[in-house]
Amino acid sequence: MKMKKPVVFAAVITSVLSVTACKEEPQASAGISPQQYTDSLFAVMNADRANYTKLIVQRLGPKGAGAIKPDEHWKDIENGALLPAQMFRAGSEAVSKITDKFTYSLQSTWPINKQNAPKTALEKEGLKFISDNPGKNFYGEEKLGDVTYYTAVYPDVAVSPACTSCHNDHKDSPKDDFKIGDVMGGVVIRVPL
Amino acid sequence: MKKLIWGTWLIVTTCLASYYGYTLFKADNKEALLIGDASHGHFQIEMACTVCHTSAFGGTESLQESCVNCHAEELEEAHDSHPQKKFTDPRNASQLETIDARYCVSCHTEHQKEQTNPMGLTLPKDYCFHCHQDIGEERDSHKNLTFDSCASAGCHNYHDNRALYEDFLLENHQDSWVKQVAKITEANAASTLAAQFIPTPLPPFAEKKEEHPDIHKDWSSSAHASGNVDCAGCHSTDQLQWIEKPGIEQCQTCHMNEVEGYQAGKHGMRLALNMAGISPAESSLPFKEQSLVLQQSCNSCHEPHTSNTQFASKEACLGCHNDQHSLAFEASPHGQLLNNAIAGRLPANEAVSCATCHMPRQEKNHHGTKVIEVNHNQNHNLRPNEKMIRPVCMQCHSLGFSIDALADEQLINNNFTGKPSAHIPSIDWAIRRSEN
Repeated sequence: MKMKKPVVFAAVITSVLSVTACKEEPQASAGISPQQYTDSLFAVMNADRANYTKLIVQRLGPKGAGAIKPDEHWKDIENGALLPAQMFRAGSEAVSKITDKFTYSLQSTWPINKQNAPKTALEKEGLKFISDNPGKNFYGEEKLGDVTYYTAVYPDVAVSPACTSCHNDHKDSPKDDFKIGDVMGGVVIRVPL
Repeated sequence: MKKLIWGTWLIVTTCLASYYGYTLFKADNKEALLIGDASHGHFQIEMACTVCHTSAFGGTESLQESCVNCHAEELEEAHDSHPQKKFTDPRNASQLETIDARYCVSCHTEHQKEQTNPMGLTLPKDYCFHCHQDIGEERDSHKNLTFDSCASAGCHNYHDNRALYEDFLLENHQDSWVKQVAKITEANAASTLAAQFIPTPLPPFAEKKEEHPDIHKDWSSSAHASGNVDCAGCHSTDQLQWIEKPGIEQCQTCHMNEVEGYQAGKHGMRLALNMAGISPAESSLPFKEQSLVLQQSCNSCHEPHTSNTQFASKEACLGCHNDQHSLAFEASPHGQLLNNAIAGRLPANEAVSCATCHMPRQEKNHHGTKVIEVNHNQNHNLRPNEKMIRPVCMQCHSLGFSIDALADEQLINNNFTGKPSAHIPSIDWAIRRSEN
């Protein structure tokens, strides 16, 4: 009989821990690592971006049906459509309204818009790494404000002449000799830890 | 002695708590809670506290929601150059420590009228520096420019750059200063939409016509008569009972677009909140002595039985406004165009009145029907004044002349009598850069 109270106490503790465990975030219980998480996000982003470029801009733009006019100032022209990089950013901005579990941006060491140059030390390191090591991704952690982030940087490769000619010919571009297959910049995905 | 001190403290504290508690939760007049006068943009509704302060403990997020509720549409229309969404990425954390650009109140702090600059700005005017300090290294043309000149010299605006961005300057740099006098399109919003909203048949109210023959005569030659809007069109309730003095509720039956614009501007924003209309006496702008007792309503500018839009487009404005720009109108080139049109020496659609620039006509899509309406929000294109360039100035003038003219305060004051005294070099710089 003396053992009864400790046994009941242990049972209660076990029940509480079980209930608590059930309430944990699904990704924690599923064991997805931050790298798997960001790699998966990048796969979706990259596929969407390639599809927009090929299925919309190339098919319906001036070199296709001529139904839309992809342009930097798309809001200001009739039938204007976003450039692929702008579409990518629009997606990022829309996501930021839905969730704060991750953020992403398209950056470059040679940006047309200077605000898209790497800002944080890790962004600079990551952009340099993917440029110096074609085909490889960069992963790290950084503290911004009061929050620590898992930050992944993926290479953004020139896949069509539209990418290279637009950047090479733009008056605000600091680099004018991009070739197909070059790393033009990087996709930075950030997850708060 | 101690008991007396504590007793006095308790009584004073209880009285103060009761007074402010009553003021906060019960009293109609909440002036005692004002922490400072509101800016020129909000003073009309400063006593409608809950319009902005929707939650007692909502903090900055709650205030931001209130800003967005009223201003989101115009910012979207302006292709806002610095929307909140540009700053939410954590990579901007270090910049946000200086100016938290995610929130309107970081730059437009209310109830600090004594340190509020034009456009409601409460930051020092060189705020661009914090993010764009390297611009001089990127562009030779910008070397040695001071950062308080970015948004005050006719080159840039924080939100609205539709008439100022580089490619637009390049596309529109070649016209002569007067291109042509544009023909103003006839507004047709109300006449197109009226039939959808006025119930038929309406009571004839024949006895009213007999009682008021003069009014009936005025009405006979009005736009309301042309549109078959009889006495009952305005003077009847939904139950078809006679209304002696119709108000804005009746006007907006057909003029819903115009009322929406009117209530978004300073003239009508109080009426949107069911408050008494603003009176010139309550404003800090210069107004004519005899107008100080007047109060805003549709009828302030529109005599309802004559529906004389010529009166509404000039005399109504000049009946109240007493600033240099308004007083100089009659003798100005624009005023002369209007006077010549009134005298029959010019087609009526070539006249330039106050309303031509401050309440321009615009095409709108109303549930699939395209209509031309007069934008009754006279603040819509007023600040920053470059908002006026594309929809108004460039209908007749070149982009370069428009930029120069709107950056010349003296020229604005004399209502554009003469030429701009200084040239804004932004177009020249854009051309030079495109040629290099």
